[in-house]
Amino acid sequence: MSSDSPFALLANATSVRWADVPEWPLAEFVRRTAAELDRGARLCAWFGVPEGGDTRVVAVIAFDADNTLAVGRSTPARGAYPSLTATHAQAHLFERELWEQHALRPEGHPWLKPVRQSLGGAPALRDFFRVDGREVHEVAVGPVHAGIIEPGHFRFQCAGEEVIHLEIGLGYQHRGIEAALVGGPHRVTASQMETVAGDTTIGHATAHAAVREALAGTEAPLRAQWLRVIALELERLANHTGDLGALANDVAFLPTASACGKIRGDFLNLTALLCGNRFGRGLVRPGGCRFDLEPERLAWMTSRLETALAEVEQATAWLWDAASVRARFEGTGTVFAQQATELGLVGPAARACGLVRDVRYDHPAGWYRLAPMPVAVWPGGDVFARARVRWLEVQRAGQLLREQLPAAPDGAMHGSAADAQPDTLAVALVEGWRGEVCHVALSDAAGRFRRYKVVDPSFHNWIGVALALRGQAISDFPICNKSFNLSYCGFDL
Amino acid sequence: MFVLDTIVHRLKRGRETMAYPRGPAPALPDRHGGALRVESGKCPDDCHACVAVCPTQAITPRAGQGITLDLGRCLFCAECVAACPHDAITQTGDHRMAVRRREDLILGEPGKEEVRLAEPLDAGLRQLLGRSLKLRQVSAGGDGSDEAELNVLSTIGWDLGRFGIQFVASPRHADGLVITGPVTQNMELALRKTWEAMPEPKIVIAVGAGAISGGPFAGHPEVKDGVPSTLPVDLFIPGWPPHPLTILDGLLRLLGRLKEKAKPAET
Repeated sequence: MSSDSPFALLANATSVRWADVPEWPLAEFVRRTAAELDRGARLCAWFGVPEGGDTRVVAVIAFDADNTLAVGRSTPARGAYPSLTATHAQAHLFERELWEQHALRPEGHPWLKPVRQSLGGAPALRDFFRVDGREVHEVAVGPVHAGIIEPGHFRFQCAGEEVIHLEIGLGYQHRGIEAALVGGPHRVTASQMETVAGDTTIGHATAHAAVREALAGTEAPLRAQWLRVIALELERLANHTGDLGALANDVAFLPTASACGKIRGDFLNLTALLCGNRFGRGLVRPGGCRFDLEPERLAWMTSRLETALAEVEQATAWLWDAASVRARFEGTGTVFAQQATELGLVGPAARACGLVRDVRYDHPAGWYRLAPMPVAVWPGGDVFARARVRWLEVQRAGQLLREQLPAAPDGAMHGSAADAQPDTLAVALVEGWRGEVCHVALSDAAGRFRRYKVVDPSFHNWIGVALALRGQAISDFPICNKSFNLSYCGFDL
Repeated sequence: MFVLDTIVHRLKRGRETMAYPRGPAPALPDRHGGALRVESGKCPDDCHACVAVCPTQAITPRAGQGITLDLGRCLFCAECVAACPHDAITQTGDHRMAVRRREDLILGEPGKEEVRLAEPLDAGLRQLLGRSLKLRQVSAGGDGSDEAELNVLSTIGWDLGRFGIQFVASPRHADGLVITGPVTQNMELALRKTWEAMPEPKIVIAVGAGAISGGPFAGHPEVKDGVPSTLPVDLFIPGWPPHPLTILDGLLRLLGRLKEKAKPAET
């Protein structure tokens, strides 16, 4: 229960005055956070705010069952503090990031190394975890991979074909997004937010818009909130369809691979019908949306959507029918529910472990408050489960669009822009197609960004890929990786 | 039964590869707008309405009169088109915008209102390539969307293979390097090594505003403001990301496979 939490409670896409966020000395704050996590909260964000040469640590946690978020902070600190990761593994990357950005050393962190730091030309990956033994060999892959895909480094410790351990080294895509936001918003900020992870343009743009609106104490007009949901579900349909095709391709099942490659494009073209850009660039802006879906365009979209949904149903029916596909998907790359809980996995990767965890259901904001979304869950934690959850979500996104496209509220697409309130902290969660997109903004006395934190779902989930590979044949890496299909740039920021 | 079903469904779907380039090009989405046209002769002396709205500072006031617009920095948001009270910046609806020289993306001077489309590679190099072009792709800070649009070209609708163009796994097998993203500091070494591993002669293609100029990340200390700072570029394909049709047009233009000068069919 969250009601007796000592943290400041708030709903998704709302704000709290910075002065009202309770504070403790850092070591006490870590204990308090641990206690909240122990009774069921989940860590959404953990980051530092510079203050007079020292750093305050901020934790944003979610009580999913209570539909409530909570925020706490430390007093300004420096040096070392007792690690939260030592008892709560879901903090492992957050604490590495905090150490890299603010030099706060988590004592007792089992694997403290940089996240994105540059050596000039390459990220500072330092030593990888190494398994010793006469039969053990090491396989290094990347950063440049054998396909059209973003860069990252994978280091496998293998005994023969079997992977004993995989460590993933990222940071190659680091573009300095968070640092550039300090003092913002700038004129380019909305465009940068659309490219945090290019395939999650709507997800990140919606989270950014919601955070800006919450800082200003406003909401976008209802019609804009409606359109954001339409665009977000189209984004989900395109990406899930593409992933189902790519999974089919990785097990050499070409009928589904070919068809889904094309149908994915049909969904992208629906987004382009809406705003001209296949990824939804330029659609969502703080205060509303830049394009409308007038009746003629709406009718066109509805009919093209039906065609695409029917085609993806047919193309995936082949997939589920094929014994050869099931044999490759089932029991491959298993992540157990307990691991997923401890590591704080989000999105389809978590729901494929049987966890009921979906921002649209747990923390509905915007139009989702009026259009409830059932959570698509499948037990098992393997490649099959992750594929199956995607298919369930394709169906439910399709159903939601069928219901909501004719239900547009009247009104304007864009409200009047309001200035951010000073010294205010706002939080917005959005269930992107990959999982929870979290944006946190803290304004200064003038209403500019004092700190802006972006957490892409990939930040939570890359460790899931590493776990899925344990005990797996290394030749199953592509299919395991594809079943998560995580973002490199979303992680690297 | 299952195998037969699959074959029957496949037959029902029929041929799904587009007719282009023998037939007309597929229409761009109507709200896409295509390449921009800038007539700075229409600008009054004191008007810089477009300069203030551009998110990437792609528009600069020109000495004397009017403005220039750098399509290599453009995110195609069309804020400038909406802001211009004199119709000096307009959308052409044209998907074609790939160029060979960086300066060919600068629009606005008299006689340079639109992009100067790419000329083919020289005859000797085209003869060497024959009917095949093998490309290695490297994402250097790309956000996944440029990469997705490149991947799309290999799907059944576009079927890049019919032009002899193929993405290969090894730089040793590649005639050209396709680069996406603003070139992050952290990818510079890997990008350079990939380029060095390719045999001569080698082509470099920059896809998207990020790779051409750094796009919205230009000026960040973490990025190199696009490929030209690191490698010589033979083809620039603007877009945010470029539509697959724009990329295909650029590749075919480079290979001298497109002769037409006329605009594609109006939609």
